[in-house]
Amino acid sequence: MRKITEIHSRAVLVPTENIDTDQIIPARFLKTTSREGFGEKLFYDWRYDADGRMIEDNIIDSQMKERKCILVAGDNFGCGSSREHAAWAIADAGFMAVVSSSFADIFRNNALNNALLPVQVSHGFLAALISAIRSDPELAVDIDLPSQSISAKGVGTERFPVNGYKKECLMKGYSDIDYLLAHKDSILRYEAERDA
Amino acid sequence: MGKTLFDKIWEAHRVMEIPDGPDVLYIDRHLIHEVTSPQAFNALKSKGMKVFRPERTFATCDHNTPTLHQELPIGDPASAEAVAALARNTSDNGIRHFPLGDPGNGIVHVIGPEQGIVLCGQTVVCGDSHTATHGAFGNIAFGIGTSEVEMVFATQCLMQSRPRQARITVDGKLARGVTPKDVILYIISRLGTGGCTGCFVEYSGEVFRNMSMDGRMTVCNMSIEMGAKGGIVAPDDTTFAYIKGRRFAPSGEEFDRRVAEWKSLYTDEDAVFDMEYRFDAADIRPMITYGTNPGMGVPVGSAVPDKAVGCDGPGFDKALAYMGFHKGQQLEGFRIDYVFLGSCTNGRIEDFRAFAGAVKGRHKADGVTVWLVPGSKEVERMIEEEGIGKILKEAGFELRQPGCSACLAMNADKIPEGKYAVSTSNRNFEGRQGYGARTILAGPLVAAEAAVTGRISVPLSFEGAPSIA
Repeated sequence: MRKITEIHSRAVLVPTENIDTDQIIPARFLKTTSREGFGEKLFYDWRYDADGRMIEDNIIDSQMKERKCILVAGDNFGCGSSREHAAWAIADAGFMAVVSSSFADIFRNNALNNALLPVQVSHGFLAALISAIRSDPELAVDIDLPSQSISAKGVGTERFPVNGYKKECLMKGYSDIDYLLAHKDSILRYEAERDA
Repeated sequence: MGKTLFDKIWEAHRVMEIPDGPDVLYIDRHLIHEVTSPQAFNALKSKGMKVFRPERTFATCDHNTPTLHQELPIGDPASAEAVAALARNTSDNGIRHFPLGDPGNGIVHVIGPEQGIVLCGQTVVCGDSHTATHGAFGNIAFGIGTSEVEMVFATQCLMQSRPRQARITVDGKLARGVTPKDVILYIISRLGTGGCTGCFVEYSGEVFRNMSMDGRMTVCNMSIEMGAKGGIVAPDDTTFAYIKGRRFAPSGEEFDRRVAEWKSLYTDEDAVFDMEYRFDAADIRPMITYGTNPGMGVPVGSAVPDKAVGCDGPGFDKALAYMGFHKGQQLEGFRIDYVFLGSCTNGRIEDFRAFAGAVKGRHKADGVTVWLVPGSKEVERMIEEEGIGKILKEAGFELRQPGCSACLAMNADKIPEGKYAVSTSNRNFEGRQGYGARTILAGPLVAAEAAVTGRISVPLSFEGAPSIA
């Protein structure tokens, strides 16, 4: 997995609350058995009409004229389906972090398993950040994983939660499956004790 | 301090604790389907590994499958390949698979309990958010992503942080004509679509004690729609009677021994929850949703409100614009185009019994398209065996074949753009049932009434208070 320490980028704003995984990636794109190429389908139905023509001035493409690595979203981001395709699509589109005041549990795990950092901030910080980006779309946002802090000019700085284990995984590029495989002995011991 | 039911199961499955990190949890039952498993199988194969405990995993295809002519090859090549990949992957790894047309095939959350695969006091996962369904049997059951599916394949374990816990108690008696779906839509409308994020929910009280297993599954199924990691109901004699005699369930003395163990699966009286919510059964009426998240619900007969719990920002107006509704609009009597009975929420035999009971001797409304999709081959079999199929046919309805169908429209069952569907499924998200489709979630009785009148109406059998302000 890629490593994450610091992210310095302008942000794409999707300020609606309760953005569900069907909006992030509609179910009809989940038929492939690969995990590549979902970035093109990100927020598809917000970007394209029923005939597949790009909607002019849509909220996503109008903000993506240059590469941005941070997505700033309304409360309860990623609710709904467990599809990891949602995290794959966001990461594949070049994002490294999503900022919101809360994340659905399964989306949060999926994001962490794909080195996509969920940055949970207070409602007040999120509202201030959204308003600052609205008035200056070029505003740079800084995310620093070692100090677990996010800051932007005129908004201030706030700390965000991430447990120590996950933080180390993200900074060193480790994944949960490697950890589990390294502890197979404990798993076998658990099975033996339970069956005894 | 006492332990909750959740604590007891979690602690019995904890393999390791990581300081300032998650716990390693052992997984008893892993259910898989064709949408969220192929990338996990591919990743495993690329590491030169096989599934570690294949006997704990069970597979079915349900999302991509057609609901007409299942005997023919699947028309959509991408869907056909997804279904074929599941057959190959399960065969390569020695996993039991219920392929299309098999008497055990059906929606993953319908067949798990029906086949006796899911018991009590277990950890149950599936790459599907509606895995919470299996909490109805007193299990810690939750949906996972594909990376986590791979972890379970490789190690039969997952790394999970312990969630907070909430208890939702509903006491009193439900009025006739109020279904388990109305109960959960009511709860979600009160708590909001993100109201239980980060929590595991126990449902307790008279209403759930008196509910059948099919009903408890409907309730637990939609726990995720208020953000909960899962929902759980303490097992009791209703649970044990359901499990007894099922295909993969223990039998004879072994069954009795297990029941004795399962009787310790309850929350201690002095256990403390992070959150407690209480509702009165008498306040619950037949429900519908009017917006684009499941928390945007009202009783049939109430007008569209001007905000919803957890949805009072730009999302609320966007939702009404999508639905073509306005604040203060009365939806009773509103003409609809489609009715869908089915899904892992309401595709079980009791849902078909309820629907058939309501339409018996009446006739399908002209101009309404009605899709009746059993949750499994077993449900389909029981529909015919009980004579429900005959009642439905006489009322002008046709039965389709089992699968997820129009719940998420991955197959051909798509609601057309702009059309209104009264749907017994679980999500009314934008585009969920097809591009531009407008979903009104409801229980099987409201769906039946819509199917015979073509309009949103209170079920004839409803015996609660006649009107609401």
